[in-house]
Amino acid sequence: MSTTIAAISTPQGEGGIGTVRLSGENAAQIADRVFTSVSGKKIADAKGYTALLGKVGNGDGDIDEAVALIFVAPKSYTGENVVELSVHGGATVTRLLLRAVLDAGAVPAGAGEFTRRAYENGKLDLAAAESVMSIISAQGGQDLRLALAAKTGRISSEIAKIREKLLAVDAGMSVFADYPDEDLPEFDPETIRESLSLVVDSLDTLLKNYDKGKILREGLSVAIIGAPNVGKSTLMNLLSGDNRSIVTPIAGTTRDIIEESVRVGDLTLRLADTAGVRETGDAVEEIGVTLACERAKSAELILAVFDSSREMSEDDRKILALIGEGPAIAVINKTDLPQKLDDREIALEKVYISAKKGDDSALAAKIAEVVGTAELGADRAVLQSERQRACAYRARQSVLEALDTLDSGYTLDAVGICADEALSALLELTGERVTDAVADEVFSRFCVGK
Amino acid sequence: MQKYQAGKYDVAVIGAGHAGIEAALAAARLGVNTVIFTINLDWVGNMPCNPSIGGTAKGHLVREIDALGGEMGKAADKNMLQSRMLNLGKGPAVHSLRAQIDRRDYSAYMKHVIEKQENLDIKQAEVIDLYREEDGWHLVTKLGAEYVSRTVILATGTFLGGRIYVGEVNYEGGPDGTFAATELSAALYKLSLPLRRFKTGTPARALRSSIDFSKMEVQEGDPKIVPFSYSTTENGENRVVCHIAYTGDETKKIILDNLHRSPLFSGEIKGAGPRYCPSIEDKIVRFADKERHQIFVEPCGLNTEEMYLQGMSSSLPEEVQLAIYKSVKGMEKIKIMRNAYAIEYDCVNPTALYHTLEVKEQEGLYGAGQFNGSSGYEEAAAQGLIAGINAAHKVLGRQPLTLDRSGSYIGTLIDDLVTKGCSDPYRMMTSRSEYRLLLRQDNADERLMPTGREIGLVKDEAWEAFILRSEQKENEIKRLLATTVSPSEELNAFLESVGTSPIVTGVRLSELIRRPQVSYEALAPFDTERPDLPDGVCSSVETEIKYEGYIAKQKAKVREMKRLENRIIPPDIDYDSITGLRLEAKEKLKKIRPESLGQASRISGVSPADISVLIIYTGERDKNDRV
Repeated sequence: MSTTIAAISTPQGEGGIGTVRLSGENAAQIADRVFTSVSGKKIADAKGYTALLGKVGNGDGDIDEAVALIFVAPKSYTGENVVELSVHGGATVTRLLLRAVLDAGAVPAGAGEFTRRAYENGKLDLAAAESVMSIISAQGGQDLRLALAAKTGRISSEIAKIREKLLAVDAGMSVFADYPDEDLPEFDPETIRESLSLVVDSLDTLLKNYDKGKILREGLSVAIIGAPNVGKSTLMNLLSGDNRSIVTPIAGTTRDIIEESVRVGDLTLRLADTAGVRETGDAVEEIGVTLACERAKSAELILAVFDSSREMSEDDRKILALIGEGPAIAVINKTDLPQKLDDREIALEKVYISAKKGDDSALAAKIAEVVGTAELGADRAVLQSERQRACAYRARQSVLEALDTLDSGYTLDAVGICADEALSALLELTGERVTDAVADEVFSRFCVGK
Repeated sequence: MQKYQAGKYDVAVIGAGHAGIEAALAAARLGVNTVIFTINLDWVGNMPCNPSIGGTAKGHLVREIDALGGEMGKAADKNMLQSRMLNLGKGPAVHSLRAQIDRRDYSAYMKHVIEKQENLDIKQAEVIDLYREEDGWHLVTKLGAEYVSRTVILATGTFLGGRIYVGEVNYEGGPDGTFAATELSAALYKLSLPLRRFKTGTPARALRSSIDFSKMEVQEGDPKIVPFSYSTTENGENRVVCHIAYTGDETKKIILDNLHRSPLFSGEIKGAGPRYCPSIEDKIVRFADKERHQIFVEPCGLNTEEMYLQGMSSSLPEEVQLAIYKSVKGMEKIKIMRNAYAIEYDCVNPTALYHTLEVKEQEGLYGAGQFNGSSGYEEAAAQGLIAGINAAHKVLGRQPLTLDRSGSYIGTLIDDLVTKGCSDPYRMMTSRSEYRLLLRQDNADERLMPTGREIGLVKDEAWEAFILRSEQKENEIKRLLATTVSPSEELNAFLESVGTSPIVTGVRLSELIRRPQVSYEALAPFDTERPDLPDGVCSSVETEIKYEGYIAKQKAKVREMKRLENRIIPPDIDYDSITGLRLEAKEKLKKIRPESLGQASRISGVSPADISVLIIYTGERDKNDRV
């Protein structure tokens, strides 16, 4: 029986479509945990080479609409059961989906693992196999460099701290079992419970910071939207520091989406300036408006621009409706002009600027506050990859199970097995083996032996 | 020296300690012509340290040796003075049997067993040379006898290049006042074996009447004794008690004042000592804030007044030792009969061995016990058994026997040694096994007796008893899964008294046993149909029901591991020619030469990406071979 692996199989970044591929014995069962088809049919019940339309979701609700493509072993790329879940583009949505799939029981695919499995199951010829070997080795090198980079960073020191805590509990239980006659300090369940709870807290924090950290690392896709002529492009130019967007007083000037990566405060924003949202008869502009609406939906943050020198318009209200509940900031522009806008209608975080006068510091602070990076101090450890996150997540699950085992009144050997598993998930990040680490810890921490 | 032709054998075992005995017995019992050499016939199966067998994980090893058809468990049961099942409150994975043993009786018993064994010759002789010629391995003794054997098992213990250290004094010598084997190491160097120095030590033995036991704690044996061997039918009884004493401030002071006289701290001893078995001076220095250290006072036998002082091994000078012992409460007037000492000896880096314990570069040469870098009688016996079986199998042209990590502590022990090597004498511990809920002392027979039977070391009687136990267990589990009890006042009163919820509808017995608070035994009054079953079967049944979820989890892990374990790496693989392997991985793989991808994955410095490359490479080779 093979474990079921999963990974994003489309290029990372913005694209029309994003696909998460699962391969392994339980690919269908795991996919069913995140996917609900419109017809009510289960993926596990579907035939090979068929597709199902539906929605994918996680514990917090729906993620996106999705199409599930089903391949049944041995008729698939890897020769195993394969499910490909495709969602609308956007790195965020695809990552959310991957995470849901990992949380549902899949493990992150290793370097070249899909191809490796394909090879093992006789799906590739020699030439293909050889090229895969070189790819794997290159990726292995990359893994190693990543690991080394992480090793010197804060993340490794944070994981090391958690590892120490967990190792201390685990070694404590080991020494308690392996040296029963020794004159060791009493090791009671309450102490174990406390230590394990602390470990859960630390892992929780790490996992929470992962999302915020990702924003710091990879930036944030931001859509600038607003009614025509509220100053969206002026804002874009202010942020990007050049005249990329054509700023004219004629409504409807910006018809396509203009993208730009800019640095605002500590954050990289991938800005998209969109066409002004309004009812229009102009066909080209119409497309631009549609694009803007879609863009607003997939963005991680919306900057909704309003003109403070005008009354609230129908177009402005349309903007508010378009935003819905996604993370958004109302940028009340043109504060240099006399104020006419009644901003009580805008139930968003607000920031008042004059894009023309050119100061973005208030906006930068507000963005950091809204996306949560403000509370993520410079000294905070952040998990670096989805793989690391999966390890931390598995470790957390195992610690919770250890606590549950303890609370149900099971003996410590069963608790120890769960703790071992948690440790094993963490040590995967550093490449150690649990049994070795525990033995070393026992001998260095405890005075035992005849 | 004038040599003479002394005889031809299939298997020659050098050393008659715990490893050598099992090796020689296994080979002889498999019907091949075997000889065992010992420097001193009066010390066959000697216990130069603790007069005890078993302990955590070690007790498991003894049960496994017994299940495979070895001798140690039977000998221990026959010569047992006191027995305890350790860790009873800590869960079935770590229950471990430990027994005090009559040291001289055990040795006499073992000597008699090997003397009576068919196909086994016993020689008191020091082997001083070993080399291979076309007709097999040549062994030359100090008196010029030259033997030829198809296979050789090195079970040399601390005799090989042994050197005794007591304070500033050191001299060539073996354990317990024997002679060391001083010349064989040179022959092994010539064979390019990677030898190195390890060190171990033992405390003093003292006269019983010189110790005031009224100042110490008493440690009794268990009221109900569980034997080591599945073949032991008679009930053992406790015939001695042990005592516990403690070091004090004075002990610490004496040691610290005399530390400069220790050969360990002066650097005279170069060998690596066991981390799990520190000398008393080591404990005081490394754990300075610990107020007191425990000493177990254990009788060495019924026909002797010698007492073993566990916890106080030392290599300080004799007069300092005496002062140290006298500083312990109850030992003020102690009379030392044998002093404590450290012993340094030659052993091999075990990564030079296959899982069969055969030396990779020297066909027909095997290692077992302390020679392989392990420590402990039980670890030695386990390896001796495997080496003996494999040497005999080689002679008989049968498949070699290797045990995997998921099926036994013996397999774990050998895999750790040959895959990872060891930097100090290796001791078995339950925490060394990632599958410890599967590798329990209660199910060693289930795990290994079929293998022992297939090899031919398990006799009919033991096999039939095993079949009976398996049936009893299977039926009882079925019965508990199928039998329902109705709620009653008595049952609910009982459930509440042990801290678990009462039942309102009929519940299967297995559901109640699954509750951690409810024991199989305590449920007896409410289970009127219960058959009368042996204790061992009952505890196995209870464990498998109660820990079902955890056991299933571990079994899933085993299946995952087996995928890689079953992928054999061709022995002639050329790592240098494989593109995609990282340099570090290449170097490690060339050094260890793993037998399977599973073993390769446990080598430090070999990454998952390297394993992927190997999977593809070996798969492709297989395909080409088939064409």
